[in-house]
Amino acid sequence: MTKPVLSVEALSALSARNGTYVLSDVSLTLQPGEVRGLVGESGAGKSTIAKAVLGILPSTIRIAGGWIRFEGDDLLTARPSVLRNLLGRDITLIPQDPQTALNPARRIGAQLTDGLRLKLGMNAASARARAFQLMDEVQIRDPARVFDSFPHQLSGGMRQRILIAQAFAPNPKLVIADEPTTALDVTVQKEILRLVRRMQEAHGTAVIFVTHDLGVVAKICDSVTLLYSGHVIEQGATADLIERPRHAYTRALIAAGPRYDRPGQGLQPVPERVFADLRKEIGQRETADV
Amino acid sequence: MTASDFLSRLLAALLTLFGVGVVIFCLLRVVPGDPIAMMISPSATPADITALRAHYGLDRSIFEQFVIWIGDVAQGDFGRSISLKRPVVELVGERLPASLELVFAALIFGVVSGGLIAVAGTLSRKTPVEPLLDLINGLFLAVPDFIWALALVLLFGVLWPVFPLSGRMDPSVSTDFATPFYLIESMIRLNLAVMLDILGHMAMPVLALGLPLASIIARTLKEALNEAMVQDYVLLGRLKGMSEMRLVLGEALRNAVGPTLSLTGVQFTFMIGGTVIVERIFSFPGIGSMAIDAVINRDLPLIQGIILAFGTLFIAINIIVDALSNRLNPRQTHG
Ligand SMILES: Nc1ncnc2c1ncn2[C@@H]1O[C@H](COP(=O)(O)OP(=O)(O)O)[C@@H](O)[C@H]1O
Ligand SMILES: [Mg+2]
Repeated sequence: MTKPVLSVEALSALSARNGTYVLSDVSLTLQPGEVRGLVGESGAGKSTIAKAVLGILPSTIRIAGGWIRFEGDDLLTARPSVLRNLLGRDITLIPQDPQTALNPARRIGAQLTDGLRLKLGMNAASARARAFQLMDEVQIRDPARVFDSFPHQLSGGMRQRILIAQAFAPNPKLVIADEPTTALDVTVQKEILRLVRRMQEAHGTAVIFVTHDLGVVAKICDSVTLLYSGHVIEQGATADLIERPRHAYTRALIAAGPRYDRPGQGLQPVPERVFADLRKEIGQRETADV
Repeated sequence: MTASDFLSRLLAALLTLFGVGVVIFCLLRVVPGDPIAMMISPSATPADITALRAHYGLDRSIFEQFVIWIGDVAQGDFGRSISLKRPVVELVGERLPASLELVFAALIFGVVSGGLIAVAGTLSRKTPVEPLLDLINGLFLAVPDFIWALALVLLFGVLWPVFPLSGRMDPSVSTDFATPFYLIESMIRLNLAVMLDILGHMAMPVLALGLPLASIIARTLKEALNEAMVQDYVLLGRLKGMSEMRLVLGEALRNAVGPTLSLTGVQFTFMIGGTVIVERIFSFPGIGSMAIDAVINRDLPLIQGIILAFGTLFIAINIIVDALSNRLNPRQTHG
């Protein structure tokens, strides 16, 4: 078996606001080139995992235990100089909202090239050439215009393409995509999903794909980690989990979620009974931990 | 700004000035107080007074007086000062440049030091320096310009007399100036001794006018910077390897500066109003201290001229601030 690119081990995090667990004993392992769906309803802790890996947790969330190993080395205890080399180069981010993720006051070209210059030490000319190559990869048809545009002159989908190009620019080993399609139109969402998958395949990059949509997972993820209230409920290969869900919550979610393979079916809300059982189970786990 | 934009701004400016003229003209003639009473000797007879009133046109109706005045103003004639017996244009032309040098120096001081404090506060986020800066700035925010003026007089005029207490320059260093902008002229001529003397005289009034501006800019800009610093593009910038300094100056500042710019425009007009008291405290020969004398003497033509000069200045500041914010916002310049 190959060495995992990322392994999160028994990660727990506390909210300084109310002292509750935001993550409890979360473990997940990613092989090189694997696309992992991180699924769960809003507030389940998906973004917290993503931010913990990227080292950008807000000061109000504190890691209470566990490890985040990147190619074997723990990021939580790594020296700042080591982190500076990893983050933004080996591990990059596709943010959720292309509206706020590009600086409104700077041109696209400048924003696309400054990472290449700062992280990879390219000079202006080669960074520019690489930026055009990347824009071609993410299928931007008029790169010269886009390069000289300000963000507000581009559509949301176009901006997200730029951010995808930016994330894959340093040939990272791991890309974290935090709900990269949530802010987009439905038609654009599909294109962006396909694009992430294609870029990932072309670069051989492992991806953590954060979403609350099991349909998206079924489309592009090799494996899934399902979270509820900071706990891992079930994880495994996508096909296994969708065809043979073991947990009642997973089954209910599959029944509830839009079925892309069978449109019009499903869409029944998760029964309250399932949630009640889930909360009881989580309560037992947390008392068992203490 | 296109040519038609410019024309409509100009038209609006002229209309505003006309409105200011109407209001101030009527107001001055309705409030009690008589310019003639201020200038006559106790021995004057009622006939003398009537003659003087007729001489200055004060015997006519307000409407008549206004039409005459506006007609003259349209031709560039702002009348003669009653108390100083010289053309208003000349007097304003002498005093306004001194005040302009003062307020622009205070503006530069306020923007630079306020900006530096805001950036320092943003860079020191999550360190003990930040609340300390906030605290000091919070105290400074509560101090108005004339209190600063008095405190500075005590501090640098009396306790530790490093700056001259009054005037625009020492009479002994006066040289011939070709323009009324003494400071700028001495800078251009590289006349260091004169320049330093003028700057020394300006130091305290500039601080008094500039410190309130500095603290309000510091607070507004820092709030906007802090807000910008948690935006996703700053986060991504950090991941792309930018230093904190570059994140603040290169990424956040341009997006944060908008509210500060509008506020600075407004505060700057307040500051021009502040010259009235601050110039008086430091006997600075600007238009502000002349305004007080004009009001005390009920010198109607001079008051009107000064108010119109202030009005023109306010409008010019507004236009400049608008143009600057347009330039700063790519949505408006390139959209
Ligand atoms: N800045 C923060 N400080 C403290 N708690 C937070 C903060 N942001 C989010 N949380 C809490 O952490 C939990 C998980 O949030 P998050 O990871 O953003 O969920 P998701 O991305 O799955 O919607 C939520 O209960 C939320 O209230
Ligand atoms: Mg989230």
